[in-house]
Amino acid sequence: MSIGHTLLGLLESGPRHGYDLKRAFDEKFGHDRPLHYGQVYSTMSRLLKHGLVEVDGIEAGGGPERKRYAITDAGITDVQQWLATPEKPEPYLQSTLYTKVVLALLTHRDASEILDTQRSEHLRMMRILTDRKRKGDLADQLICDHALFHLEADLRWLELTAARLEKLAEAVTR
Amino acid sequence: MTPAGSLLTAHDLRKAYGPTNALDGAEFSIHPGEVVAVMGPSGSGKSTLLHCLAGIVTPDSGSIVYNGQEMATMNDAQRSALRRSEFGFVFQFGQLVPELTCVENVALPLRLNGTGRKEAERTALSWMERLEVDDLRSKRPGEISGGQGQRVAVARALVTSPRVLFADEPTGALDSFNGERVMDLLTEAARSTNAAVVLVTHEARVAAYSDREIVVRDGKSRDMERIV
Repeated sequence: MSIGHTLLGLLESGPRHGYDLKRAFDEKFGHDRPLHYGQVYSTMSRLLKHGLVEVDGIEAGGGPERKRYAITDAGITDVQQWLATPEKPEPYLQSTLYTKVVLALLTHRDASEILDTQRSEHLRMMRILTDRKRKGDLADQLICDHALFHLEADLRWLELTAARLEKLAEAVTR
Repeated sequence: MTPAGSLLTAHDLRKAYGPTNALDGAEFSIHPGEVVAVMGPSGSGKSTLLHCLAGIVTPDSGSIVYNGQEMATMNDAQRSALRRSEFGFVFQFGQLVPELTCVENVALPLRLNGTGRKEAERTALSWMERLEVDDLRSKRPGEISGGQGQRVAVARALVTSPRVLFADEPTGALDSFNGERVMDLLTEAARSTNAAVVLVTHEARVAAYSDREIVVRDGKSRDMERIV
């Protein structure tokens, strides 16, 4: 995920301090990984340098000064472009798992064991997500669903590979 | 070998249909309150395993022990009684009696066990509430959707408070959204009554509702928890 674009998007509804940005990010998108303050400030200084945000005001306080950031027109265009550009699908052709399976076949190990162990590990993760989904709100459910469908896609590949192991063994040891 | 505290165990199960070995030394065990997914490709023997465990099919050899009793020593009448009172079943589709209303369908297992109509329907309705289908009580199966029908079927499977619920691809005919709802309600209801659930599925998202999985391939089973 592009943190810069996400923070920019959050600024579209109005100027915010770095701290508010972090809080809004964590609340809406940081389910697994909350942002570090350092990340927020380094991202904001980069956006500032590129003219995508500007400093809207500075509050002097007891601690460090607090800058309030506002998005610029260039920033809004940048967010719009980012939203309109599709994400590159990851074809995953050289996955580690594929390599492991082929290596196992080449060295006459039990490749189905590798696949079974991997399925089990995927399911372990899927159980955690399913449980989190059950206890969470709608946002949690949607985020977990996305992860679940991806894991499921991996598993569908895994099942198909398991069914084709004999053919694959013939092909790679030929 | 019987894992300590197991409710239902199977050891070295073998079953052949003609030249095909549907089960070839399969092992299984489940504890009360546990949800175990039985996974594997089509034709791997997972449904045969479920049918043997439920006493529907008699294995050629091997042992199945339910609640301390060897199933092979029971006669047909005893096995039928076990299926009626201790076991519940949910299949992929076509389980409801079309001529009966939904509440009559859910009450059916209790009526067959000799419970009076009023009491049976009262219990049935409380299960329908838990499965969130009580508003369908007077409808017939032909008048409700697939997802609703499956929830009615789950209510019927649980109405006798079975100790083991056998579910064979219970969401196989449903879309993701309805399948998920059925799994949520099914596992929640089973856990609240401490019933064990044997869940046959080839879908990972459904298996994710289980506590652990057994993989069946070529009639042999693999208990992933005991390996990993």
